[in-house]
Amino acid sequence: MASVDYSGPLTPTGNLRRRRVVDRLARGSATAAAVLAVAILLIFIYSIVQHGASVISLSFLTKNPLETFSVSGNAPVGGIGNAIVGSLLIVAIGTAIALPIGVLIALFLTEFASPRWAGPVRLALDLLYGLPSIVIALFLYGLLVVGHGQAGVYASLALAIIMVPLIARTTGESLGLVPKELRDASLALGISRWRTTVGLTIPSAFGGIVTGTVLAVARAAGETAPVLLLSSLANPTQTSGSVFSQPLNNLPYDIYNFSVEGGATNFAKAWGAALVLVTFVLVANFTARALHARSRRMMSR
Amino acid sequence: MDESPAEVDVTMSQVAAPLAIEVQEASENDAATGEVVFDLHDVNVYYGQALAVAGVSLEIYKNHITAMIGPSGCGKSTIVRSLNRMNDSVSGFRLTGECTYHGNDLYASGVDPVEVRRRIGMVFQRPNPFPKSIYDNIAWAPRILGLKENLDERVEKALRGAAIWDEVKDRLKTSALGLSGGQQQRLCIARSIAIEPDVLLLDEPCSSLDPISTASVEDLMQELKRDYTIVIVTHNMQQAARVAERTAFFSLDVSEGRRTGILVEYDETSKLFTRPTDKRTEDYVTGRFG
Ligand SMILES: Nc1ncnc2c1ncn2[C@@H]1O[C@H](COP(=O)(O)OP(=O)(O)OP(=O)(O)O)[C@@H](O)[C@H]1O
Ligand SMILES: [Mg+2]
Repeated sequence: MASVDYSGPLTPTGNLRRRRVVDRLARGSATAAAVLAVAILLIFIYSIVQHGASVISLSFLTKNPLETFSVSGNAPVGGIGNAIVGSLLIVAIGTAIALPIGVLIALFLTEFASPRWAGPVRLALDLLYGLPSIVIALFLYGLLVVGHGQAGVYASLALAIIMVPLIARTTGESLGLVPKELRDASLALGISRWRTTVGLTIPSAFGGIVTGTVLAVARAAGETAPVLLLSSLANPTQTSGSVFSQPLNNLPYDIYNFSVEGGATNFAKAWGAALVLVTFVLVANFTARALHARSRRMMSR
Repeated sequence: MDESPAEVDVTMSQVAAPLAIEVQEASENDAATGEVVFDLHDVNVYYGQALAVAGVSLEIYKNHITAMIGPSGCGKSTIVRSLNRMNDSVSGFRLTGECTYHGNDLYASGVDPVEVRRRIGMVFQRPNPFPKSIYDNIAWAPRILGLKENLDERVEKALRGAAIWDEVKDRLKTSALGLSGGQQQRLCIARSIAIEPDVLLLDEPCSSLDPISTASVEDLMQELKRDYTIVIVTHNMQQAARVAERTAFFSLDVSEGRRTGILVEYDETSKLFTRPTDKRTEDYVTGRFG
């Protein structure tokens, strides 16, 4: 009856040989897919560095672009100075708007809302997250730009709308990781819900909140549609205008502009600006990971 | 390794106690003369539609240790958590019947649950120190409650009161998460008494502790009952017998497929363990329940 000779040598019997082939194939293709993803990223970074590194210089990082548009063909002068400043301003204001709103939404969802309310709010956040940025930009364009003209702060608003669901989600996740026992301990000491949240829950989730915010900043910094529609008609020679009343030059728009301008010099500058932007995004991501790991360690002793 | 030798001595005598249940001698706080702190009358607790505990009536006396024992799921936690309104945040929780504290209805409409918990502290099954320093674990609540004067003394007094001062006095600024489980649990007790509550509710405070730490927490309870009224839930009958003046035995009533917790018998500990009046109590305390 027994199909296996139990006293025989311990080599594969029955269909084990076939199962092992299937196992190898599955493992092999999964590994290959993972390697492919890493390879694409590395190739991508390599080519950006290769094309962009040559134009990076102090003057490229600090001067404004138009100085070269008029003298195309000559050795590159000028650069992306005002685009860096503009991007920083636009993203910083966007973050300042999105951070408190995102954190408050997360607090509402994890600490205060009944399940009946939490569901619809979560759904709304997911839908907001899925909205194409060009649609958000178009909406704000119709609402604010038509009749008034562009301003850097309008782009900040669009970026804030993009960042809020990201921040709310990651904050909510890290608030959810704070053990219920900690909250109970605080409540049992005669401390109110809100005080418990501010004094205990938020500090415990702080690492996660920072991580989520940094990731949202990294995502927002490269968003192109909002800045194209809401903050692109800057006078490129101007070092900085008022972010509240004037469009500001910025990195995604500069990359676009340098590329469509044509000419080897301008194309190299597009790569250079891309290198700056990607460096910022990568640094932000690594920072977020480090902070996340650190806060994990703090929570578990 | 952190335990001092003195503590180990105390422990050994307790751990080595014979398995036969040693009953706490009747203390000067005789039940008949005690002041009533909690008075429950025909209390029913529901979670949603389900009746979790039915018809509980009992009185808890001042400066007594009152133990609650019974099989898992019979509603011990439900009842103690009802005493300081920790169940308020559980969705679907509903309590009927009378539940008074010093004569005031705990569930009357004007009652602020935050104030209730400020007077009736609670220590939980798993030690749950805050991810803060040892000092801040104790000082945090007093600060918020406005008890900021002589905070250092208050912290020291609480830590001494919880018999952990000597072990932590040189590391007050280090994280409380670095303490052993037993030390953490005593820190949690210190945290509760730092705001000088009236009552301490302990829900299986020793269930995650080793025998040595358990003994130190039990010693501590004997000290604390001079100043506080203590209610302790425990699965360990020897522990109830060792520490409590009075013991309540809860059980599960299974009828029509529903499982409802009921209070079977409530009496002086010595009587409940040696001369129980109910057959179910007798079966449980002698280990023959089923
Ligand atoms: N938050 C809750 N929601 C719904 N039902 C609950 C909740 N907490 C407890 N119950 C139910 O109430 C009953 C009593 O539970 P409780 O936790 O009070 O028992 P217990 O005596 O403390 O048990 P244990 O000894 O295991 O801690 C159980 O049937 C349990 O399933
Ligand atoms: Mg319990």
